[in-house]
Amino acid sequence: MLRAALESASAWAVPLLVAGIPLYGIARKVKVYPAFLEGARDGLLVALRIVPPLVAIFVALGMLRASGALAALAALAAPLTDRLGIPASVLPMVVVRPLSGGAALGVVGDVLRSEGPESRAGYLVSVMAGSTETTFYVLAVYFGAVGVSRYRQALPAGLLADAAGFAASVIVVRALFG
Amino acid sequence: MSWVWVLILAGSLGVAAATGRVGELPGAIAESAGRAVAMSIGLAGVLALWLGLMKVAERAGLVGALGRLARPLLRRLFPDVPADSPAMGAVVMNISANMLGLGNAATPFGIKAMEELEKANPHPGTATDAQALFCALNTASVQLVPASVIALRAAAGARQPADILGATLLASACAAATAVAAAKLLRRLYPPPGPAAPREVDGA
Repeated sequence: MLRAALESASAWAVPLLVAGIPLYGIARKVKVYPAFLEGARDGLLVALRIVPPLVAIFVALGMLRASGALAALAALAAPLTDRLGIPASVLPMVVVRPLSGGAALGVVGDVLRSEGPESRAGYLVSVMAGSTETTFYVLAVYFGAVGVSRYRQALPAGLLADAAGFAASVIVVRALFG
Repeated sequence: MSWVWVLILAGSLGVAAATGRVGELPGAIAESAGRAVAMSIGLAGVLALWLGLMKVAERAGLVGALGRLARPLLRRLFPDVPADSPAMGAVVMNISANMLGLGNAATPFGIKAMEELEKANPHPGTATDAQALFCALNTASVQLVPASVIALRAAAGARQPADILGATLLASACAAATAVAAAKLLRRLYPPPGPAAPREVDGA
């Protein structure tokens, strides 16, 4: 029930906003159409501005994957995650999640297919993927859009948040699904 | 970021050399660069749409009203941002869109928030505390319905594909709390570059 309500809220939200904002604007005597065009033009400029940082990040991550360094990192982390009770098949998720959203969903699909969605590993990858974000991509887009190249504490804070999300996933999955 | 970037590039080359995979790199490099451009072109349409709507909402006073509504919470998270800054309205819209799983709308709102915060940045090119906290918060996914994961679970034949909702919400709340705490605590380890000189252009 909750899920149905949330899903219809998601379905309604976009059309309501697209129609409702201009409607509210015209009621407040805003010159709605020129305002929209002005903002949309800025939007295109933003899309252009995020190209260079995205190229930098994607190329670095592409090399990381193709070189086998990502797999090597997972192998290095194996003894640690063993002790924490994280199944080996879930390990690629921990390494890949902050770097590539597509690859992370690939790991989810992979584990769900091979071990089943109701397995411990299946629950764990699902919760991990749902509770974290592609940190490097988020930072590249947001900081790239305003031309900031020194991220300061944002990168360590984002990676720590991922780590906390993973740790919490292990604990919560153990508590709820055994 | 320069160091992280060089470390990943050089490290990858080193590993590829050691494992005899250098031959696979040129293809991966070209493909990744192409994918970055395709990604931003894919984003261009929704960026234009939502930033256009955002401009309408701003002129109608809607963005400012949202920011004022959430002021008690935002004042604690972003103490250095003036309460009447248009950034706060954009932050509220970004977080709400994220929670509803409207990633398409959340990104333009977030970029708008970053632009407004950048206007008050004494060191262009270097993140402010508010920007760092806001981005860190966005790297922790606070989503009521993780739609793509649920779709994958349904496709794999789960009886109740959405039975992970509660667990996911708990775990992402932990991640978000950690993002905020870490951004606040680590601030001192990353001091901004010197005293704020009167608006010099900082060639980074």
